[in-house]
Amino acid sequence: MLHTPFTKSLALSGCLLLTLVTGFASIALGQTAMSLDTVWQALFAYDDSVVNHIIVRANRLNRAVLAVLVGSSLAVSGALMQALTRNALASPSLFGINAGALFFVALAFTFLSLTSVSQFIWFAYLGAAVAGVLVYVLGMSGPAGLSPVRIVLAGAAMTALFVAFTQGLLILNQESLEGILYWLGGSVAGTSFDTMKPFVPFFLIALFATALLVRQINLMMLDEAVARSLGQRVLATRLALGAIVVVLAGGSVALAGMIGFIGLIIPHLARGLFGRDHRWVLPASALLGASLMLGADTLSRFIVPPQEIPVGALTALVGTPFFIIVARKRSPAL
Amino acid sequence: MSHVLLRNRSQSLALAFHRRTLIGCALALLALSGLLLLSLCLGSSVLTPTEVFSAAFQADSDHRFVVHTLRLPRALLAVLVGAGLGVSGAVLQQLVRNPLASPDIVGVTDGAAVAAVLFLAWGSALSLDWLPPLAIAGALVSSALIYGLAWRGGVLPIRLVLVGIALAAALKAITTLVLVMSPLSTTVRAYVWLTGSLYGAQWQDVGGLLPWSLTLLPLTLLFARQLGLMGMTDSHALGLGLAVARYRLLLLVCSVGLAGSAVAFAGGIGFVGLLAPHLARGLTGQTMVGRLIGSACTGAALVLIADLIGRTLFLPQDLPAGIFVSAVGAPFFIYLLYRRRH
Repeated sequence: MLHTPFTKSLALSGCLLLTLVTGFASIALGQTAMSLDTVWQALFAYDDSVVNHIIVRANRLNRAVLAVLVGSSLAVSGALMQALTRNALASPSLFGINAGALFFVALAFTFLSLTSVSQFIWFAYLGAAVAGVLVYVLGMSGPAGLSPVRIVLAGAAMTALFVAFTQGLLILNQESLEGILYWLGGSVAGTSFDTMKPFVPFFLIALFATALLVRQINLMMLDEAVARSLGQRVLATRLALGAIVVVLAGGSVALAGMIGFIGLIIPHLARGLFGRDHRWVLPASALLGASLMLGADTLSRFIVPPQEIPVGALTALVGTPFFIIVARKRSPAL
Repeated sequence: MSHVLLRNRSQSLALAFHRRTLIGCALALLALSGLLLLSLCLGSSVLTPTEVFSAAFQADSDHRFVVHTLRLPRALLAVLVGAGLGVSGAVLQQLVRNPLASPDIVGVTDGAAVAAVLFLAWGSALSLDWLPPLAIAGALVSSALIYGLAWRGGVLPIRLVLVGIALAAALKAITTLVLVMSPLSTTVRAYVWLTGSLYGAQWQDVGGLLPWSLTLLPLTLLFARQLGLMGMTDSHALGLGLAVARYRLLLLVCSVGLAGSAVAFAGGIGFVGLLAPHLARGLTGQTMVGRLIGSACTGAALVLIADLIGRTLFLPQDLPAGIFVSAVGAPFFIYLLYRRRH
């Protein structure tokens, strides 16, 4: 862990550099590899007669931007959830929020035949909110109180429930199976800037609100009674943070499908580097989450070429060993 | 009097039957046989009970084909699958001392699913008879992995659950990978399998599952007393003279075997293992034997009803039973969680 502000800002700049490097890699590498020079020109001196420039602008760039958006939102929402519940295993995918959003979007797809993304944005948020509230209420209350296992199990059961429903919908409606299946695995490919546009303001507002609430988040890490005696309006802060989590995680699911474990791993890494002060942890989470997502997305193009692997499956495979290590380390004290 | 006590003259052996358990089990078994009869009667052609009986037992009946070849094996398979999943869930919930555990949440079902999907995608050269043994092997491997990874000088129930959930996520990811990378025709088939369906059940399926049920169900009942003690903390159970680690492993193997074999023949029917023990608790009382028998009956009834709905309400379509188990089970599960808050 780093202690002085100087080393911390150095490390944060390192994270930023990492994001930029992985971002460039994600644009440059793929079925058609490009030189850095070409990428640079495509970004800043666009010429629509060059094929590689078109590939960068129409395919790679939006993909990289979406990866950054989704990766950082998931990581930040995971960090917020872990602070909010004081539970090392809290994250959007484990608490069923991803699955809830997925089910509601699939429901809207199947029965309402929605065409534009801006319409099912609200379904994604609604699903994320419903699942989040259900898991929180079911897992947090009762005699055991803040029992991590209870809430993780409630989340797992809720995930099983929503995924089962989604599967049922898919079987009733087999034409849409292939498209949704890829999305079920989680993917950032093939989403245009136009599709992303309606989501961006929400993401920005949520990130801005997070930045404003950072002191409150630090206090939420304390015992509830202590936080209250320090003048916190605990309930109001909880609700605000919950809404932020829903917007960030629900929006990510609506755009990129089920991408698990980023919200679990990254906050742990960020806290390992920067300690418990969320003024450092949150920006670091955002940058590291974006880097991991960019890296995973780039990697997913090279495992079984020419096919691409759903990036969500990749993050799940990377995340599982990590989860098991955390679970083994923490469990005796649970 | 709440007990019926049987003992030999020297009083060296005594068996106590709780009256409530006895009555509850008898009622549950009765209801189950009624459901079984109903599911034999209903379908695209509706038969009377007498016709069903004659078709089942006489070779020259008009409805021989419908009842004996189509409906009977399917209904029996539903009963066996449901009973296996129900008991497996009851054992697992007692072992990890948490009412939210179940084989499909803790990674056992997902191990079977990975094996099955791999087989469906790339094993088409082999005959379909290989699917059940491979799925059972998958369940065993995944649960051995969970047990091994949860081991740190002993296995705590909490670690078992957490590692199970983690592994379930990884196995689901592998399933998705295989599904995406295989051709669409396999994908649809694998998807139906994953949801859980009893479509096209034959006598040989019943025959394949029966040995598992006949060995593992009585074995679990035999260990009911030890299973009851497992519900206390480890130190209490140890203090009462129970070899905790040994019985945990043994009962876990029973639970995995039951769930794995059920999933192998019917696909990933979810929520039965989670729900059946809760339903049984209200029905057959708090004794462990009663809860196990009750879980078997309610699990069987759940799958039977779900399959009945799937094949009768949406004629001519035959929808996978798994959808309806989830549809019935999920709201009920939320209600259970809500009620247990206090």
